[in-house]
Amino acid sequence: MCRIGSIKSKNYIHPSMVLKLMRSQQKGHDNSGFAFVMQDLGGIFENYKNLPILSMACTDEGMKYAEDMLHQIGFTRVFQYNMEVYPDESLEIETMPNYVFEVFQYPKNYKNLSRDEKEALLLDTRLKLRSYLEGNDEGYVYSFYEDVISLKEIGNPNDIGKYFNLWSEDVNLKAKIITAQCRQNTNYDIVRYAAHPFFLQGYTTLTNGENTFYEKNKLAQQKLHKGYIGFESDSQCFLYSLHYVHKILKWPLKYYKHVITPLPYEEIQKREDRDVLQRIKASLSNLEINGPNTTIGVLPDGRMFNVIDSKKLRPTVVCKDKDIVVMTSEVCGANEILPNRDISQDIYTNERELVVVDNDLNIERIPQ
Amino acid sequence: MNINSISKDDLPWIVEYDSDKCMLCGKCVAVCSFGAIKVDVQKRKKVGAISNEEGFQIDADQKAIPVIKQVIDEHKFCRGCGVCTKVCPNGAIKVSRNKTEIFGTRYRAKTSDSVKRGGRTNIHTEGRTLDKIKVGRISQMTDPSLDAIRHTFDLRTNLGRVVSPENLNFKVENGNLVEDKTKTLPVNTSIYPIIISDMSIGALSPRMWEAISIAVAYLNEVKNIPIRMSSGEGGIPDRLLKSKYLKYMILQIASGHFGWNRIINAMPYMQEDPAGILIKIGQGAKPGDGGLLMAEKNVKLIQEIRGVPKADLLSPPNHQGLYSIEESVQKMFLSMNCAFKFKVPVAIKVAASATSVSVYNNLLRDPYNIVGGFFIDGIAGGTGAAHEISLNHTGHPIVSKLRDCYLAAVHQGKQGQIPIYAGGGIGMNGNLAADTFKMICLGASGVFIGKLILQIAGCVGNDFGKCNACNTGRCPIGITTQNPKLTQRLDVDTVAQNIVNYILATDIELKKLLAPVGNSTLPIGRSDALVCVDRNVSKRLKIQYAC
Repeated sequence: MCRIGSIKSKNYIHPSMVLKLMRSQQKGHDNSGFAFVMQDLGGIFENYKNLPILSMACTDEGMKYAEDMLHQIGFTRVFQYNMEVYPDESLEIETMPNYVFEVFQYPKNYKNLSRDEKEALLLDTRLKLRSYLEGNDEGYVYSFYEDVISLKEIGNPNDIGKYFNLWSEDVNLKAKIITAQCRQNTNYDIVRYAAHPFFLQGYTTLTNGENTFYEKNKLAQQKLHKGYIGFESDSQCFLYSLHYVHKILKWPLKYYKHVITPLPYEEIQKREDRDVLQRIKASLSNLEINGPNTTIGVLPDGRMFNVIDSKKLRPTVVCKDKDIVVMTSEVCGANEILPNRDISQDIYTNERELVVVDNDLNIERIPQ
Repeated sequence: MNINSISKDDLPWIVEYDSDKCMLCGKCVAVCSFGAIKVDVQKRKKVGAISNEEGFQIDADQKAIPVIKQVIDEHKFCRGCGVCTKVCPNGAIKVSRNKTEIFGTRYRAKTSDSVKRGGRTNIHTEGRTLDKIKVGRISQMTDPSLDAIRHTFDLRTNLGRVVSPENLNFKVENGNLVEDKTKTLPVNTSIYPIIISDMSIGALSPRMWEAISIAVAYLNEVKNIPIRMSSGEGGIPDRLLKSKYLKYMILQIASGHFGWNRIINAMPYMQEDPAGILIKIGQGAKPGDGGLLMAEKNVKLIQEIRGVPKADLLSPPNHQGLYSIEESVQKMFLSMNCAFKFKVPVAIKVAASATSVSVYNNLLRDPYNIVGGFFIDGIAGGTGAAHEISLNHTGHPIVSKLRDCYLAAVHQGKQGQIPIYAGGGIGMNGNLAADTFKMICLGASGVFIGKLILQIAGCVGNDFGKCNACNTGRCPIGITTQNPKLTQRLDVDTVAQNIVNYILATDIELKKLLAPVGNSTLPIGRSDALVCVDRNVSKRLKIQYAC
């Protein structure tokens, strides 16, 4: 039971829009949580585009530890935004004491280093912080990266929206890309880290479906990169494979589809690029995810895409208006926020393609 | 009679004969390839009393009647094959297992020699591990099952070294990945996950070997099932070496190097590359022991293929000149790769052993990436000839060893890079698909089978002492013999047809297992699909326990 949604806009939008996108799909999910990732930030974060933002839910102790640790490494805080909360006994939500977004300046000796070195520092810092907070039950760190914030909570999405006052639009939280999911984890424990969207170094994914290749993926992925951890949800595997194919191997995005749902041997043999595809299939067989899934992803350059499984077991619709593209599980969600669009232009991603939206909102359908 | 000599009650099988039903046709004696029964006469005396006018008289009528008798001899003893029963029109003869099990003792005491036989282990101390494992992860609701008939399945696996993604020779050109041809990658082929393995012409009759190769060619050419067969040690006929069907053959080189003169001489004339080269270090049925083809089976055809005179052909227990894994990689793998211009996967076959993981770890770390497959053969593997002590008491069960090797590769982050093929008792319960599927879930890229193919061809032997006489060259079915008359009993076309049918049935059954777990490709390493009803086995194999 799971529904996903994402919005990519030319103008800055508020998270209330994704709440509306998901509300009409509520019969399709289990109301067990709500989480979002906002990228390409506006509002109060617009002036900090090149600085890392720590997104965290934690206790007072956890916050103190995090700040001390970051200061010790050499980060200096330049801005902090705490989510205001509106508690009400009637709300169905499990809360943490603090929800913070803190913007940091890089340590002095890092300012002139390469992007890769900076990213490595951010990752190492997040992993270290996560490890401490987890071990001491002091909180959760969802992202520590430039131009991104994320929030995850357990409970009824409607109520989570009310608790954070996300239903009413304001000027503080704004972004051009927002991805959201209204459920927690049905396969494994309901914990905050298991909530989609998942984020790593500019890559975001959210998935509807079940990863029947979870064990294989997990065994292979945890040896591939130190950032591939957690595995609280079988859908994290989609993020790690995307990160691996696109960032580590530096392959064009279209090969992500060839990795997770490779073509059958017979079809590969008919193609000119059969040697390449056959090699990919052999060398990356442990990253195959050929179960029932649809995945929406966001790349560091702002492009958003969708792929579905090769058996068409989980759908996604891509809808476009003048300034907004929506990708979501059910068309009723898109009807809610794009009621005047030309529905004949809606795209239902097929089993052998990758649908990509660029920063000008041009939609490209890349056949596998 | 000598009280110390061997008696009928000492023999492993007792022939039961009913002279009242016997019509003296002689078929049973003619068909017995072991000379274990003979025609004999029995003296019968009928005594009666006649009373007539002269009074009372005794009448004694003596007769000599022909009967079938069991031969009592430590060499020509009944093997229990039951072919006599098959040919008897009246059901006058049958054989039954002698439960005393004293024959081995008598044999050794009499001959000062070890007991030899074919077949596989006859000691069953516990149930089969694979039968305690069930495919327990059934897709329901959130991940729907597939339809075994309507969905398409991709039942292919790798043979050949798979390199890690970082080591692929790709470069990006115009948004596409293309191969940088200046950097050569090890050859990798895509085949069916079942290999018919390692039974030589010599161990098998030429007709049996021909039937298998016909079946393999048919499955490939007509049924689109890319199954491969391994030649076994001893080469293959020259005509086949130079034919297009060579591409379905994995040529084996074992410690005797038999047949390789002919293979090398044929190389300039080969139209196709072979499917692979299999370096045999050991086998599961008689680990640490070399092959043996007795002079009796070494007939003219075999002499020609192997390039040898008529003599006992003994393969040494090890490859002379190879003393370490590193050396074997450098010498043998490299020379085999070179011989076929790096276009043919070169794999290794070893007996499963407590040391298999070390061997596999070493091969995975081979810096040349030239080891194209790791074939491990378990204790339940079969053989044409071995000392019974080896068959029954040496070797290592295959299932946990496969799992250990797979998990060792996982530990290195190299699972799948040297495909593991597991053998030794696969299909022993008659269901190849179930065994194959479970082994694949435990980490095998594929399996290899031998004995099962013989059973499909009509082998009457079983693992409870029946027949197991492959070593004698007197196979009553014509499978493991070079005797022209016995060979004639095997109908090549029927055997080929039966093998094809069995593999087609297995293909259907494999899909029936893939569909419920929701996989359209082979679930290599998907042990989450399995549950085990034995707590110890589940713990050992790291799969879920279920009860």
